[in-house]
Amino acid sequence: MAQVYEAPLRDMRFVLHELFEGEDFGDLPHFGEFTPDLTDAILDEAARLTRDVLLPLNASGDAEGCTIENGVVRTPAGFRDAYAQFRDGGWAALSSPPEWGGQGLPETVNKLVEEMICAANLSFSLYPGLTHGATTAILGHASEDLKRAYLPKMVSGEWGGTMCLTEAHCGTDLGLLRTRAEPRGDGSFAVTGSKIFISSGDHDLTENIIHLVLARLPDAPRGVKGISLFLVPKLLPNDDGTCGPRNGVAVAGIEHKMGLKASATCQLAFEESIGWLVGEPNKGLAAMFTMMNAERVSVGIQGLGVGEIAYQSAVAYARERLQSRALSGTARPDLPADPIIVHPDVRRMLMTMRAYTEGSRALGQWVSRALDAEAHGADPETRQRASDFVAMMTPVVKALFTDLASETANLGVQIYGGHGFIREHGVEQFVRDARITQLYEGTNGVQALDLVGRKLGAHMGRYLRPFFHAVSAQLADAAKTSARDLAAWRSSLEQSFGMLQLSTGTIAQKALKDAEEAGAAATDYLRLVGLVGMGHCFLKAARIARHRLGEGTDEADFYTAKLATAGFFFDRILPQATAAFLSIKSGKRSLMALPADAF
Amino acid sequence: MKVLVPVKRVLDYNVKPRVKADGTGVDLANVKMSMNPFDEIAVEEAIRLKEKGVATEIVVVSIGEQKAQETLRTALAMGADRAILIVSEDKVEPLGVAKLLAKVAEAEQPGLVILGKQAIDDDNNQTGQMLGALLGWGQGTFASKVEVAGDSVDVTREVDGGLETVKLKTPAIVTTDLRLNEPRYASLPNIMKAKSKPLEQKTPADYGVDVTPRLTTVKVEEPAKRQAGVKVADVDELVGKLKTLGVVA
Repeated sequence: MAQVYEAPLRDMRFVLHELFEGEDFGDLPHFGEFTPDLTDAILDEAARLTRDVLLPLNASGDAEGCTIENGVVRTPAGFRDAYAQFRDGGWAALSSPPEWGGQGLPETVNKLVEEMICAANLSFSLYPGLTHGATTAILGHASEDLKRAYLPKMVSGEWGGTMCLTEAHCGTDLGLLRTRAEPRGDGSFAVTGSKIFISSGDHDLTENIIHLVLARLPDAPRGVKGISLFLVPKLLPNDDGTCGPRNGVAVAGIEHKMGLKASATCQLAFEESIGWLVGEPNKGLAAMFTMMNAERVSVGIQGLGVGEIAYQSAVAYARERLQSRALSGTARPDLPADPIIVHPDVRRMLMTMRAYTEGSRALGQWVSRALDAEAHGADPETRQRASDFVAMMTPVVKALFTDLASETANLGVQIYGGHGFIREHGVEQFVRDARITQLYEGTNGVQALDLVGRKLGAHMGRYLRPFFHAVSAQLADAAKTSARDLAAWRSSLEQSFGMLQLSTGTIAQKALKDAEEAGAAATDYLRLVGLVGMGHCFLKAARIARHRLGEGTDEADFYTAKLATAGFFFDRILPQATAAFLSIKSGKRSLMALPADAF
Repeated sequence: MKVLVPVKRVLDYNVKPRVKADGTGVDLANVKMSMNPFDEIAVEEAIRLKEKGVATEIVVVSIGEQKAQETLRTALAMGADRAILIVSEDKVEPLGVAKLLAKVAEAEQPGLVILGKQAIDDDNNQTGQMLGALLGWGQGTFASKVEVAGDSVDVTREVDGGLETVKLKTPAIVTTDLRLNEPRYASLPNIMKAKSKPLEQKTPADYGVDVTPRLTTVKVEEPAKRQAGVKVADVDELVGKLKTLGVVA
């Protein structure tokens, strides 16, 4: 057994077409041409491409890693061809706007394709992923001249992109940044400084790489208010768009990492590299953050992808690994022992993995719908509501999905037993790869602080409203249900939702007097929001499944399984909400009791 | 030159087939269906002929249930120009398929019909040959290379003893083998374009063809499970066993 992945197309179609049908943010005429038959055709082909082209390079890419020789970075064998196939097929341009050569897919579909790419090969996903992020920032903030010169080739995937934020002494706190940009007198700037942890910083997949670099102007104020954003190409383009001379960007080294080994993470040295200002002087952080927020949702989706492949690989092994007999008596007398999937403890792990991935996929799809409505909603009120929801859910998607992914990947190894710990089976790679998703684009601790610090109390709790309203509305709507299981699940959700409302009030109050109280509650609060969000989605899914089964469907297997997973979620996962609630309630007292020098 | 490519919607090659509990056939409810892999090779070959400037138009045709539309859209997304779906919710046997294709060929007048040597669901390997007989056209089956020159086509065939090349006068029929080419993935822009390419719907009655099955399926069952083997201590014991089984003298 090894790494097993087949895109979960049925569940993807469920979250895309059925789960939120006719709800939330209304119809989006902008995407009228993306009818279900077209989106399904896109998902089908993406499933083939990811399974047949990207998946076979996942383990080999991990084993070989990226290499650097004479300052030139090489990706593992097969990556160049795979990237060429990916780019030529138009997949790099998936969600970019058509006016710049993109395909303009809705985020609802785009995020499902992203999930497939990340599941099949997380390292690979970073190359088109960073390019897309850089493209977004250029689209939002750069001058028309810069857009015309760089966007077409970046959108098509011919050129790559990066985000250069981190320096050795500054990660989360970008105010400490030292890279400098001096005006050259012709409108351009000379950028000098060192950056680390630059994903896709250098590689052999594209002819040119366009770096977006945070740096300080000579007269810049100190701290985060003095940071500007610059576009610095690896090779300076000639007037006709071809690549010209090198631009003083050197690769000082590649990082030696725990996982994600086929993604080239570089240390870059800029030496009087020519760059152009993107957006306003000293407003670089805001420009970078439009891209950061979009990327945070994508990092959540990365976690979901890794979780899904870990789950599928574990199911395959649990079905085939023969050890001992079932506790209830021999299940397979024709075999020397029963497959380990008969054991309740193995089921506990598989169901946990399944509930986490299905719950994340559903919640992710809800947020994707809001992303589309934020940009293309029918009226300003809808767009604002969608935007508020995205603002609140971005840190939740990022931190919750990636925390669950790590847990899922670890459970996968557990199911393989000792065989999971050795490399041949390929499942320990998921643990190593998933680990970074909890760290980059802002650690999960930072996400939790973002939620309680910037989102919870802002505008009198306005960001929370669309979420709270949706959950209340469903609880009211489902109160009529006569089905006993649905009624029980509804009441579990109602309880957890009550705990969430209480906690929200408590934190808002305590934080007014003591900011450390908010910090002490942050991680548990984020988990509580996430659990209620997934519970909301599972109740919705279960009600749809029950309805379809009642009507009569030829897909009884799918809907029955959906009910089973929902049942497990409410019985075995949602109780975590109570633990989070009690932790929050206890406040910061015991958490901060030990003086720093007593550690 | 126009190229006609018949395609069939079959159980995806990655899916492990399950026999229905009542033994009437393979369970196709809610399993992934795809284009027959040999037909995919046929579509790819037609597209390559078009890219070389040999073919001018590629028409794909499928006979089967309404959902076979998806299979035709896949072919259109790969690069075919238009599609014909002959809807039949009942199973159509190779002879019925060949008769329908003969009618389509008469109407469309293609220079080449390229089709898979067999479909992976029933493995009949009959349709191409029957179509050749019905139309009276030359046929190059199990093709691993196809070269069109003027009004003839050289088809290299994979036969038991090696490779055989036949020269056929067009119009002709080619059935594809695995090594002919490696089909492309549909590009995203082409998937989007495929939606607006023409897809015509017909029924067997439109062509005046009776597709009533001539065969009766008695029973479908899984192959017998392999029994565990016996370990032998040495060569002598092996030879002894083989002698008892009457395999060697």
